[in-house]
Amino acid sequence: MALNQDYVGRVFGPGAPYEVSRVKIAEFADAIGEPSELCRDREAARQAGYPDVIAPPTFAIVISTRSTGGLRAEPDLGLDYSMVVHGEQSFTYSRPLHAGDVVTATTTVESIRTLGAMSMLVTSTEITTVAGEHVCTAKSTLVERGR
Amino acid sequence: MAITYNDVEPGTEIPPRSYQVTRLDLVRYAGASGDFNVIHWNERAARSVGLPDVIAHGMYTMAQAGRYVAEWAGDPGAVTEFGVRFSAMVPVPDDGRGATIEVSGTVAEKLGDNKVAVELTARADGAKVLTRARAVVRLP
Repeated sequence: MALNQDYVGRVFGPGAPYEVSRVKIAEFADAIGEPSELCRDREAARQAGYPDVIAPPTFAIVISTRSTGGLRAEPDLGLDYSMVVHGEQSFTYSRPLHAGDVVTATTTVESIRTLGAMSMLVTSTEITTVAGEHVCTAKSTLVERGR
Repeated sequence: MAITYNDVEPGTEIPPRSYQVTRLDLVRYAGASGDFNVIHWNERAARSVGLPDVIAHGMYTMAQAGRYVAEWAGDPGAVTEFGVRFSAMVPVPDDGRGATIEVSGTVAEKLGDNKVAVELTARADGAKVLTRARAVVRLP
């Protein structure tokens, strides 16, 4: 089913602030097999010049996915999530996320394209601290395969 | 020993690595990431939407490439840009072995400010599963 073009340009968020915790960073690092002590040991992270343990580079997906969740669930968008695969993803960091960061995420629908039976939904999510410092821009392309 | 900016030139190859991915890894990743799409853990649901088997989260595969380049740089915080296109699925059979993701990389360009652009490749079962995979990494 073609996605609803009316959503292009729509902005979702910022949602409730997300607090980056040491426990969540360690859990994520364990889940992806990231071995670095900088994700687990505060002293090691401080010696490397960081305020606290840092998140692996794909950790921002945890925050951006929460932000895009509201969009994906919009009934009028017409997205069949069971038919969705990830098409593209990018992260551009101003600095690493670290434990203690309190951030919000705002997602903009950049484009919706239909190619035959497939639809492509491109979003851009800005992750900034509650003080307004940019940390990461996460761009995502979701592909809804045709049935 | 971590690599330094002066050690590398365009064309410098990063030693390839292989990472095993099992159903347990996908369940753990679903929990840690919050992506509970059924196609990543429920074989019946995956087949019902035309997939060959449970498939790995694209983000799990991307995370393996991220871990690979971060380990080379010696610091996960050194990765300032990271982008990929997911070009093929990674089916993860329930056979006790799962799938193998093979990652390799080459320095494409030396940028200013001690940064280098790295082109990455990831394969599973002979297929390229990531294309246009590129990371910008700051080296010591």
